[in-house]
Amino acid sequence: MSPDLVKFIFGRLTWEAIPLHEPILLGTFIVVALGGLTTLGLLTRYKLWGYLWREWLTSVDHKKIGVMYIILAIVMLLRGFADALMMRAQQAMAFGDNAGYLPSSHYDQIFTAHGVIMIFFVAMPLVTGLMNLAVPLQIGARDVAFPFLNNFSFWMTVGGAVTVMLSLFVGEFARTGWLAYPPLSNLAYSPDVGVDYYIWALQIAGVGTTLSGINLVVTIIKMRAPGMSLMKMPVFTWTSLCTNVLIVATFPILTATLALLTADRYLYTNFFTNDFGGNPMMYVNLIWIWGHPEVYILILPAFGVFSEVVSTFCGKRLFGYSSMVYATVVITILSYLVWLHHFFTMGSGASVNSFFGITTMIISIPTGAKIFNWLFTMYRGRIRYEVPMLWTLGFMVTFVIGGMTGVLLAVPPADFVLHNSLFLIAHFHNVIIGGVVFGMFAGITYWFPKAFGFKLDPFWGKVSFWCWLVGFWVAFTPLYVLGLMGVTRRVSRFEDPSLQIWFVIAAIGAVIILGGIVAFIVQIVVSIRNREALRDETGDPWGGRTLEWSTSSPPPAYNFAFTPVVHQLDAWWDMKQRGYGRPTTGFIPIHMPANTGAGVILAGISTVLGFALIWHIWWLAAVSFVALVAAAIAHTFNFKRDYYIPAEEVVRVEDARTEALRSLT
Amino acid sequence: MRPKLLPSPRVLAPRVLARLALLPALLALGGCDWVVMNPSGDIATQQRDLIIVATVLMLLIIVPVIALTLFFAWKYRRSNEDAPYDPDWHHSTRLEIVIWAAPLVIITILGAVTWTSTHLLDPYRPLDRLAPGRSAQHVKPLKVQVVALDWKWLFIYPELGVATVNELAAPVDTPIDFQLTSSSVMNSFYVPALAGQIYAMPGMTTQLHAVINKPGTFDGFSANFSGAGFSHMRFKFHGMSQANFDRWAADVRKGDQRLDGPRYLVLEKPSEKAPVQKFASVDAGLFDKAVNRCVEPGKMCQHDMMRIDANGGLGMAGVYNVTTLEYDKRVRRGQGGGQEGGLRAFVAALCAPKPSEAR
Amino acid sequence: MASHAHALIEADKNRFHMTEEHHPENGTLLGFWIYLMSDCLIFAVLFATYAVLGRSYAAGPSGADLFDLPLVAVNTGLLLFSSITYGFAMLSAQAGRKTPTLVWLAITGLFGLGFLSLELYEFAKLIHEGAGPQRSAFLSSFFTLVGTHGLHVTFGIIWLVTLMVQVGRRGLDEAMKRRLMCLSMFWHFLDVIWIGVFSFVYLLGVL
Repeated sequence: MSPDLVKFIFGRLTWEAIPLHEPILLGTFIVVALGGLTTLGLLTRYKLWGYLWREWLTSVDHKKIGVMYIILAIVMLLRGFADALMMRAQQAMAFGDNAGYLPSSHYDQIFTAHGVIMIFFVAMPLVTGLMNLAVPLQIGARDVAFPFLNNFSFWMTVGGAVTVMLSLFVGEFARTGWLAYPPLSNLAYSPDVGVDYYIWALQIAGVGTTLSGINLVVTIIKMRAPGMSLMKMPVFTWTSLCTNVLIVATFPILTATLALLTADRYLYTNFFTNDFGGNPMMYVNLIWIWGHPEVYILILPAFGVFSEVVSTFCGKRLFGYSSMVYATVVITILSYLVWLHHFFTMGSGASVNSFFGITTMIISIPTGAKIFNWLFTMYRGRIRYEVPMLWTLGFMVTFVIGGMTGVLLAVPPADFVLHNSLFLIAHFHNVIIGGVVFGMFAGITYWFPKAFGFKLDPFWGKVSFWCWLVGFWVAFTPLYVLGLMGVTRRVSRFEDPSLQIWFVIAAIGAVIILGGIVAFIVQIVVSIRNREALRDETGDPWGGRTLEWSTSSPPPAYNFAFTPVVHQLDAWWDMKQRGYGRPTTGFIPIHMPANTGAGVILAGISTVLGFALIWHIWWLAAVSFVALVAAAIAHTFNFKRDYYIPAEEVVRVEDARTEALRSLT
Repeated sequence: MRPKLLPSPRVLAPRVLARLALLPALLALGGCDWVVMNPSGDIATQQRDLIIVATVLMLLIIVPVIALTLFFAWKYRRSNEDAPYDPDWHHSTRLEIVIWAAPLVIITILGAVTWTSTHLLDPYRPLDRLAPGRSAQHVKPLKVQVVALDWKWLFIYPELGVATVNELAAPVDTPIDFQLTSSSVMNSFYVPALAGQIYAMPGMTTQLHAVINKPGTFDGFSANFSGAGFSHMRFKFHGMSQANFDRWAADVRKGDQRLDGPRYLVLEKPSEKAPVQKFASVDAGLFDKAVNRCVEPGKMCQHDMMRIDANGGLGMAGVYNVTTLEYDKRVRRGQGGGQEGGLRAFVAALCAPKPSEAR
Repeated sequence: MASHAHALIEADKNRFHMTEEHHPENGTLLGFWIYLMSDCLIFAVLFATYAVLGRSYAAGPSGADLFDLPLVAVNTGLLLFSSITYGFAMLSAQAGRKTPTLVWLAITGLFGLGFLSLELYEFAKLIHEGAGPQRSAFLSSFFTLVGTHGLHVTFGIIWLVTLMVQVGRRGLDEAMKRRLMCLSMFWHFLDVIWIGVFSFVYLLGVL
């Protein structure tokens, strides 16, 4: 074949893009390939493809989509954490003449991928997954407002994750840091495919995130059970509402900003270039106008989880519900007014810097109020130390330290000495691990019995918790110290041998955290094997307070045979207090959305489109773009999007539950 | 950290500082070099003090919160039947006022501290003191122009007419006025012992005013990731007595290397672990050209471009006033080579200088 | 429905569930409205970018040198008329009259096509003159802002044709009316954005 033809067919994709010469990547590829083939083989062997396709992949059931989001997050956590271990190992080794085992071209990809994966493909799917799982149940709805869109959003997130994973084995990922500041990320300094992988992975997943945000906002506004006024919504639903408002109001900014960078890289425009009047600092501003609210997008749902957990396991109504709600709303609004604190050191004037410093500090006031509210919920409670409550206590103690170092970094002159240092790294891991990760583990443990009908094994849960808590402090206290020693981030080789001991301690901490992750997986395996012993027939294993605990575990496809009516905050607690009797007769057919494969198909085509654009395979990009539009249009011709669950089916399911409940007493 | 050290906010800063000045000494005793907590320049020292003040202020609220959390967690455990249980208690106006007011008070104080310290320690603000109680008024500052190159630091001393690569020197107790820029991507200039960092960015200048109070050799580096050679983008900063500094400058001047445009263009090309280089003389306008991205002969300087743009551009006549570089930055930094998009273009100068002038 | 439920709750404090099927209000229009606001943010970013870079001509031509105001005025007229004709289409749709609806939609689509053709002509002319998006940051932001609007109009037209086919097949049932309403919001939204583009980019650029 002529070179021109080859270039036409494959764009800039060549054999060199496959990292056959890199033993680490090759080894990873073999492991992933073997794992993948085994999974596929088992699925085929046990004839599970049809089940998987009908019941899960094409499902529009918010509970299943929520579970799939969380599975995606856990898979990606393994990848992101492997990156973390590699970084820790490199930094613990690379002193003086020892260059470590990673060349900078590889190390720079790893820290970029670690950040991107942990934020976009671990934290975001965890948050979205929990919201999907719990919010419709908490508000007494049958599903979300746009069930198909929900499925499509999930698969777009998967598409983004697949794109990032592809970069491991075909080509490379960005070597720019997780926010890809130009000019470094622009064509002149990063001409290879790495940044293109970054851009298209985030754009594909971003579509899903934005749509899922719209979906959940409408769900919460329109689909609450009768009687559930805004101030009777569970706190987790409130935080979800605020988070989704933030998603809708910020992700378009990310989309537009990345689109401008894309134009610079593909159409040779001059938005962020050095010459021709471009302005790289504009990118830094825009990306942080998205980036700072993103932090609150992640933490607010975690706050919601802690609120639910603390009042459930203290057996007590949440202290200061309305101040909790106002604090959440205030944080939501303020999160837009602080972005410049990420670059005090870029030479803005003192007045601008102090304005953004002070707005940042102001956020700590409502956050502090929240901490006090949890604290006084514990006051005069009866605290049961189940695993979710452990995570919550671990959070309260850990997070306040992270909050404190955060406020410290908001003081501009202090930031001048700590910006980009390992102190900063320790700070944001302190709030993201201590806040978001602990919150998500609390949420997973809390709602797992709702999703599957049996509790998670508490022993392995406690092992996981203690490993995470101890591991976190062992891994990140040294980074605080190193930051005060003036050590900066993203360095792959060091000269000063006296620093090494701190990096070794940090690496040990990372290994302890690994123990926490392994214990979590063991916990799931053990729980599945012991599921009969851990089974909960009541649907309300923790003595819950909100509506999700009023239905069976796992809930039927329709969630509630009859839509609940709400009179008070903590509706289910209220119902239990006032002797609610579960209806056992009078069932009627239930209107439900129908499954569809359109989401998988559209997201699959989008991923192919992204791949084609990354590698400049223009014919494939054109074909997949046309296919995408055609498939979307074809989907709009499908008007059969719903069906009725016949009354007999409802009777059958509800009678079975009646029977199960009777056998308990 | 004992919160009781703080009797009232108004007298807080000086007294706390006086006592906490011992802290860094304690840290130093630990045998580690916590340079941020134990710096050698007045600005960095003030920044360190601010870290301590802010931390103590916040610990006033953080310590009780952690203590209460652990205490409540222990006291109200389910097995403790003696503890009161009040499942419906969920509101107390008085308590709510306290829990909003307590952080508010701390943040108000911290906000005031922030406002004043941010203005006082603004890196753009010329120094008014060399150290506590020593005015900077009659001391002539040393000007240093800093260019972040791929991946090394160029320091130009315009008053001395010399330049160095990856080595910076300054006399103690003399204000240093840094002007910074970058040739390619964003870097951050940071000498922890001296003062906080400031970004060095292409096509722009930033400023930093600082002073070193103790002689010694200190680490400096880039604190913002800038590509493959970033880890080794380090230099030594020497604080010297005035006499030693004069000797150092005379020594540099003895060399035979001259830093002019063409030499700069060679120097600018990416290299890692660049050795210390010294230039006995420097072209007068070189830093200015580096900032305005017109060291390459025939390229329009950015300040000219901005002046033209302020007057509405060059009209249709300016459309084709574009030319390409002989070499391509992408070839220089990328691995894939410049297959895509052709050569890097730039706006041509209106009057192309004669080759002799371009030298 | 909501007030009905409210009355039920007030009437019986011990009533904990509905006995008939509860249909929450349809959220499509609200959802679409929120989508439009998120799209509006994308335009906000592009407008902000233009505000920052709009005078960075890189010693090249400025808006005053390039923009052909009469052409843009005609273009603006086309888009404004298309909004009016879409309004007529909606009136016919609400009245349940299928053929006039289709006719008005077709006219709207033609106006939209006219708008796009003039815009493409303008772009082609600029690029031909050497004032393409690569020439300066000003031109980059100009082409991106106006081009993004144009892309939206393009998708609007594709969507319009799709809806015409569906109305032709199914007639004007509730689902179709809702879809027409969504496109209507989209179309008017693009009109509003264009008014911003016209005044902020073209008028301010030339004056």
